[in-house]
Amino acid sequence: MSGSNELSRRDFIKVTTGIVGGLIGAVIGLPTVYYLIDPALREGGKESWVPIGKFDDMQIGVPYPFSFTRVQVNGWERTASSFGGYAVRNSDDPADLLVLNSTCTHLACTVNWSEEANAYLCPCHDAKFSIEGEVLDGPPPRPLDVYEEHRITEDGIVEIFFKEA
Amino acid sequence: MWKNIYLWLDERIGFNDLYANLLDRPEPKTTWWNTLGSASLFLFVMQGLTGIFLTVYYTPSPDHAYDSINYIMEGVAFGWLIRGIHHWGATLMVILVFIHMLRVFYTASFKYPRELTWLIGIGLFLATLGMGFTGYLLPWNQKSYWATVVGTQIAGTVPFIGEFTLKVLRGGPELSALTLQRFFSAHIWIIPAVLAALIGVHLFLIIKHGESHFPTKED
Ligand code: HEM
Ligand code: FES
Repeated sequence: MSGSNELSRRDFIKVTTGIVGGLIGAVIGLPTVYYLIDPALREGGKESWVPIGKFDDMQIGVPYPFSFTRVQVNGWERTASSFGGYAVRNSDDPADLLVLNSTCTHLACTVNWSEEANAYLCPCHDAKFSIEGEVLDGPPPRPLDVYEEHRITEDGIVEIFFKEA
Repeated sequence: MWKNIYLWLDERIGFNDLYANLLDRPEPKTTWWNTLGSASLFLFVMQGLTGIFLTVYYTPSPDHAYDSINYIMEGVAFGWLIRGIHHWGATLMVILVFIHMLRVFYTASFKYPRELTWLIGIGLFLATLGMGFTGYLLPWNQKSYWATVVGTQIAGTVPFIGEFTLKVLRGGPELSALTLQRFFSAHIWIIPAVLAALIGVHLFLIIKHGESHFPTKED
């Protein structure tokens, strides 16, 4: 083979190798990036209205306990988490309804209403919350969380708006 | 600035020497049959990369292996592609390595001074088969489970040491979580490490000896 011919043949091979290699790299590399970050692109937090009890069963001045379970799917794993709280009515007015989350604002134990103490007591570090969720005693940094959005259906069922983390 | 960095590196590494020794080696007249080793190497690298990406989601536990593979196939973007390449690449690699071995045999390239290249090649072939055998169990489906029951059973028929071998392979007398975990470990750490080391020596010897001439009619 003559010199100039061989050179161009070499260059041809170099360029072709580069292009083919680049193509293979792109065709596999780009989907791979997508593959790796896919879970981060997922819409998190399913939203739903969760029924917690009949409005008529909630007596004025007596915290009404409720609980529900949500199943969260992470990849191939399903995790059931329990949630709970107290619905508190202070007057006849249906709008006057406070729905508290019973997760202690200190370290997330579950508080229980105590008739005797007239307070929610936390078993973990002896916190005390008033019927409205104000901190009366103990280490919690803030009042009990409140399910702000709730509604009463036509059938008289109280539902709270729940968004997964 | 890039030029200075390049020069600094070049002074310490010697890119020209590297280029001359690795890529600009003298070769006898070669054919497409001489590309099979490089093709095997390419597949080894591909299997390594796609394998690493699969471990991002795959879970080697009897509770989760099957579901996590399912998730890769249906839940993750391009999971089917990554797994597909790894799945078909595995079969292709066994075939390619085997044809590579056949061509080396057929062209008598295993003779002096390349016997050691050949012996290491045998190790490479066995290790490649080992990758296929251990990888097959990982999806933990019916086919892979029973294939491994049978495969390990075969090892169990060896006289004297058979039963012991079977227990070592299975991590006990039965297939269990221990089997899956040790197959996984073998598949992603032990055998690839062996393969990489053997490939290193294999390539060193090939560069040292150069490619062999194909025998002619007179030989
Ligand atoms: C993972 C598997 C393997 C890889 C990555 C690999 C890689 C390579 C490469 C890149 C070459 C130089 C190009 C060529 O001649 O094709 C080569 C040559 C060679 N291989 Fe392999 N190889 C593998 C398996 C084997 C097996 C199973 C054998 C035989 C038992 C073997 C024996 C040889 C010999 C003797 C040569 C020198 C051929 C010559 O100089 O003409 N290799 N190998
Ligand atoms: S968790 Fe409730 S007081 Fe500490």
